[in-house]
Amino acid sequence: MSKIFQHLVSAAVPVPIENIDTDQIIPARFLKATTREGFGENLFRDWRFDANNQPKADFVLNNPVYSGKVLVAGKNFGCGSSREHAAWALADYGFKVVVSSFFADIFKNNALNNFILPVQVSEDFLDKVFKAIETDPKAQIEVDLENQFIRIVATGEQESFDINAYKKTCLLNGYDDIDYLLSLRQDIEQYEGTRAFNF
Amino acid sequence: MGKTLFDKIWDSHIVMSKPEHPDAVYINTHFIHEVTSPQAFDGLRKRGIPVFRPQKTRATADHNVPTMDQHLPIKEALSRHQVEMLTKNTTEFGVELYGLGHPFQGIVHVIGPELGITLPGMTIVCGDSHTSTHGAFGAVAFGIGTSEVEQVLATQCILQYKPKRMKIEVNGTLKNGVLSKDIILYIISKISASGATGYFVEYAGDAIRNLSMEARMTICNMSIEMGARGGLIAPDETTFNYIKGRQFAPQGADWDKALAYWQTLYSDSDAQFDKVLTFDAADIEPQITYGTNPGMGMGVSQHIPSLEQVEEKERPSFKKSLDYMDLEPGSTLLGKKIDYVFIGSCTNSRIEDLRLVADYVKGKRKADDVVVWIVPGSKQVEAQAKEEGIDKVFAAAGFQLREPGCSACLGMNEDKVPAGMYCISTSNRNFEGRQGPNARTFLASPLTAAAAALTGRVMDVTKNI
Repeated sequence: MSKIFQHLVSAAVPVPIENIDTDQIIPARFLKATTREGFGENLFRDWRFDANNQPKADFVLNNPVYSGKVLVAGKNFGCGSSREHAAWALADYGFKVVVSSFFADIFKNNALNNFILPVQVSEDFLDKVFKAIETDPKAQIEVDLENQFIRIVATGEQESFDINAYKKTCLLNGYDDIDYLLSLRQDIEQYEGTRAFNF
Repeated sequence: MGKTLFDKIWDSHIVMSKPEHPDAVYINTHFIHEVTSPQAFDGLRKRGIPVFRPQKTRATADHNVPTMDQHLPIKEALSRHQVEMLTKNTTEFGVELYGLGHPFQGIVHVIGPELGITLPGMTIVCGDSHTSTHGAFGAVAFGIGTSEVEQVLATQCILQYKPKRMKIEVNGTLKNGVLSKDIILYIISKISASGATGYFVEYAGDAIRNLSMEARMTICNMSIEMGARGGLIAPDETTFNYIKGRQFAPQGADWDKALAYWQTLYSDSDAQFDKVLTFDAADIEPQITYGTNPGMGMGVSQHIPSLEQVEEKERPSFKKSLDYMDLEPGSTLLGKKIDYVFIGSCTNSRIEDLRLVADYVKGKRKADDVVVWIVPGSKQVEAQAKEEGIDKVFAAAGFQLREPGCSACLGMNEDKVPAGMYCISTSNRNFEGRQGPNARTFLASPLTAAAAALTGRVMDVTKNI
């Protein structure tokens, strides 16, 4: 896992389905590993493979026309279970960015903690991205974290996106939350001393 | 201006609040289980640091455990390894474990409350989205990812942006046969699976206030199914009576001191919420889901929306969902034949759920071609059921009373619904494949599930009680 994200230009993989839950991203029966690696092979397992483990030809990840480090999905992406394995599976497969018009909260945190950038765009812009990929499956998408914009290279259409300043700094520099929290050790101990109850 | 209950608890747990930074929030109780913790312990090892406050973390094995023959080694190698890793990690890092065979073992969101670990005013996290369950006690409780589990193990704190506040009021009297599960399924069907994303929800109103603690837990449990970070209910006499005398609950002078504090835990009358929704309990009928997210639900006597009733933009996802379920738009589910009944999960596996089902099915027998699994939420629930003779009622009805665990809620352990089969389930998610590859789930209350067990069909329980 690369612990940094700054900028990329890449083709994108479209999954225009709403409410993609983390059970679809990685089904529970593949959560038995005790490391963070190797989940990519089971990314979207039951949409990618049939009961005999044969690739389903109609699923986009099995279509060689589509590739790239950007996943584009319908609204409310990542709802359901808090399993970080969903973010690990996306990262392990090679995705660096997920574009949607709406993300579930826990997924968004999990993605950021794994240096995957969730780019929330308007419904209109999401439609434009889907259309661009429909027109040209190799359509390049540019994502610039420093300047907080996403751009469809061929048409020049772009939109800015939000990210909180703290997480932006983390992604640009490869910092993680634990580094920051560990630096607060004295404050934490001081806080504990002020609590009226031992719970 | 007054404060909401959520703000009172959140604000009193802030260790550090810096501009442009998420709040560092102190966590009182951290629950862990075998699936989302191993990578977090590995992270500590890589950094060479201990668990900062090991006595504030409690562990149990639930997701991956079999629900039959728990005294024998787990057959499936990967599951066994994961459960063994939890034992190894908790031993090495000094964390208390209620593992298989322990009298406190069970689903993490069932054991916390029943042991008196979950208390009002606490901040509680767990690497599991249904941690919202604990909010029923007036705690700020929410699910987290594994990187965040590592944060809590390392520092007893978590970095979070403060969510917005929503109040959902349910007023009035419930119809006979309508349970708290129906209330929450109804709310989710009205506001959708993403209707509360970005919010922390407080449930209020007399219909909520009149519920037992078990019933309140069912409501808070499913907060995440409408996208909320969590849901909570102000503690009251019902809460205090439930907690008093439990294993780890405060006692004596500590109890009095705690109680005085808990009685301050309510939203002030002039507190401002970012959003307020109000529902009438009398409008709620027994609910059932027809689709593949918990927002796709309806009253059991209603019809599935027709294609024309669904917004054009949402039709492809709607159609994909109904294709998966092999259901027709516009059709009814009443009388629909079902194959499996699952009564269990952190939503509905408490003693009250089992009592309700036992009362309903007593002296009756299940339909011949239906498999009925009853999975108690914990060893304590299982023991209580046996003490009350509920196990005999189930045996006479042809139901299987299994051992505690997450079971068929999530298709991870041995308990899976076969492909193509319909299961009426008291769990919380009807996602594609949730109960097993290509299994089809109807979410419903324990009563609706019990009625289906007896007849083999989707029934309206209000018609025959």
